[in-house]
Amino acid sequence: MARNPVTWLGSPTFPKAARVALNDTQLRQNLRKATGTIRGRRAAAVAEMDDWEQLRVAGEQVKDDVLARLDTLLVQLEESVTARGGTVHWARDAEEANRIVLDLCRAENATEVVKVKSMATAEIGLNEALEAGGVHAVETDLAELIVQLGDDRPSHILVPAIHRNRAEIREIFQRRMGVEVSDEPADLAEAARTYLREKFLTTKVAISGANFAVADSGSIVVLESEGNGRMCLTLPDTLITVMGIEKLVPTWQDLEVFLQLLPRSSTAERMNPYTSVWTGVTPGDGPQRFHLVLIDNGRTATLQDSVGRQALRCIRCSACLNVCPVYERTGGQSYGSVYPGPIGAILTPQLVGDMHDPQAASLPFASSLCGACFEVCPVRIDIPSVLTHLRAEVVEAKGRTAESVAMAAAAWVFGSASRYEKAQKAGALARFLARDGRITSLPWPGSKWTSSRDVPAPPAQSFRAWWKENRCQK
Amino acid sequence: MPEVAGTAAREEILRRIRDARVPAAAPVVRGYHREGPGGVELFAERVADYRAVVRVVTDVPEALSSLRGKDVVAPDDVPDEWLVDGVGWLREPLSIGELDRADGVLTGCAVAIADTGTIVLDGGVAQGRRALTLLPDYHVCVVRADQIAGSVPEALARLQPTRPLTFISGPSATSDIELNRVEGVHGPRVLEVLIVT
Repeated sequence: MARNPVTWLGSPTFPKAARVALNDTQLRQNLRKATGTIRGRRAAAVAEMDDWEQLRVAGEQVKDDVLARLDTLLVQLEESVTARGGTVHWARDAEEANRIVLDLCRAENATEVVKVKSMATAEIGLNEALEAGGVHAVETDLAELIVQLGDDRPSHILVPAIHRNRAEIREIFQRRMGVEVSDEPADLAEAARTYLREKFLTTKVAISGANFAVADSGSIVVLESEGNGRMCLTLPDTLITVMGIEKLVPTWQDLEVFLQLLPRSSTAERMNPYTSVWTGVTPGDGPQRFHLVLIDNGRTATLQDSVGRQALRCIRCSACLNVCPVYERTGGQSYGSVYPGPIGAILTPQLVGDMHDPQAASLPFASSLCGACFEVCPVRIDIPSVLTHLRAEVVEAKGRTAESVAMAAAAWVFGSASRYEKAQKAGALARFLARDGRITSLPWPGSKWTSSRDVPAPPAQSFRAWWKENRCQK
Repeated sequence: MPEVAGTAAREEILRRIRDARVPAAAPVVRGYHREGPGGVELFAERVADYRAVVRVVTDVPEALSSLRGKDVVAPDDVPDEWLVDGVGWLREPLSIGELDRADGVLTGCAVAIADTGTIVLDGGVAQGRRALTLLPDYHVCVVRADQIAGSVPEALARLQPTRPLTFISGPSATSDIELNRVEGVHGPRVLEVLIVT
């Protein structure tokens, strides 16, 4: 099977990437400011709702029901969309999904398409696949555009360019758009408006993701702020929507739960500026050809895991990223995946589905297990529990590792008082490796530990030695 | 043979889902509020929070006498008395280019939501197709007091999901640059809501 592009090719393991990111003071400054701001706003937006907990419970239950009845609901969705003039396609993996979309673009003779920001298309590496097939995809969300023009990678689910400040964005726009612009956010937004306007008015094919799909009516729902979504969803002749098979809600009524949970959790607004809902095609209004591509790409494998499957409840609000102390310090790119932060740490390794992959297997360890992510999750995904569950899987996949050998050795040492004292004396030698009382790099097998954390230098004298000297009666 | 390949993928995905044997879920407990306090006052306050222009009026033509813009789009079925003098009204059919050059658009709405300050268009009476309220830079929306639902659940219950729906909460905005809110990226930069009592 081909590699799943949910992780970026050649990315280092999380501890290695994090070590580099931690030294980037600009990045840490940009992130601290951004996540700090959004944390405060979210808390205020949620505090306004005295039924927030009941909404969270309902959100969890609706999504669990979706996962329990996924096969029948997907077939129902397919029937409703088809009945309204849409065409439904199924894709087992990224490669299959990309081929379907490329073929649809070619059928329309499109060499350029406009795109609404979508995690699903980022996950399958659609832009790169289209480019290889001769179709250029233009990202129209401001943050995605910043990432695309900067030849950069996204670092946040909602605000992919959160790691960039206004000066950096100005530099990217001037270089790639060939315009003079100040670093005022309003001027930068205006530059993007001018840059994209012509494309919206002339491009014949658009590609979007979906926040929700309603099984009983066949309606697809996209939430956004800028209006770039509305442009893509209504002006072109052909609309291709790519969505993960778990993005369903069973009924139109169920949407009432998520239209309340998502905006407050993600942008801390009572409601996002624009939400578009469409069902198949509407004669005389909007695209007249509609294709829905349903992608599996690791989701059915995730569904098999009774603990891990709750990650599929995720509605991609990114609240967990904004409260995570690890994310705030390392940034999203350290996770080496389109899904960063706490949700990425549990979703990415499951979608990759291979705990022998060192990079994916490092992600469940990218957490302090503080639990803040669970507290803010609008669909109550117990991220800390899934993290520890996946850590166990990683250890199991490793079999006899340096870590398990070290643990066995430790058991042998702790098993005898004299062996323990000898080991302590030997351990005191480690003081020679320490600087400022910390050891940042031990020789193997200790390097397995110090690759991700420092070790305090051992004291000059062990407690047992001190006790013998000072308290022991002859 | 793409059809056959597509069928194979469909069958395999459905089979994988069944193989996962996910146990049935508990019934959904809807312990949240389904109704909101509603009302003109709350709706007006919440719309204004998005930095939209909001006016409570009794006479629509009089309120529209101050309408800005020379070329203003009006859907086919707006009430005749809304088409006040002194405005160059544009009527369908209009090309994308003509819409893009228009100064503004005047519509009604299907439903409004007091809790969130949202207006919802469904392509019904006095609303036109979706492009009309998207391309001109200035959108004036007339909301009758009886169209205001209290909460999101009340609003969804009044809407027909198979119609093309657009939920609008304030003007187009982005927060992508250092989380500073900037109004007017691609959609209308100015939203004016006239609440008719």
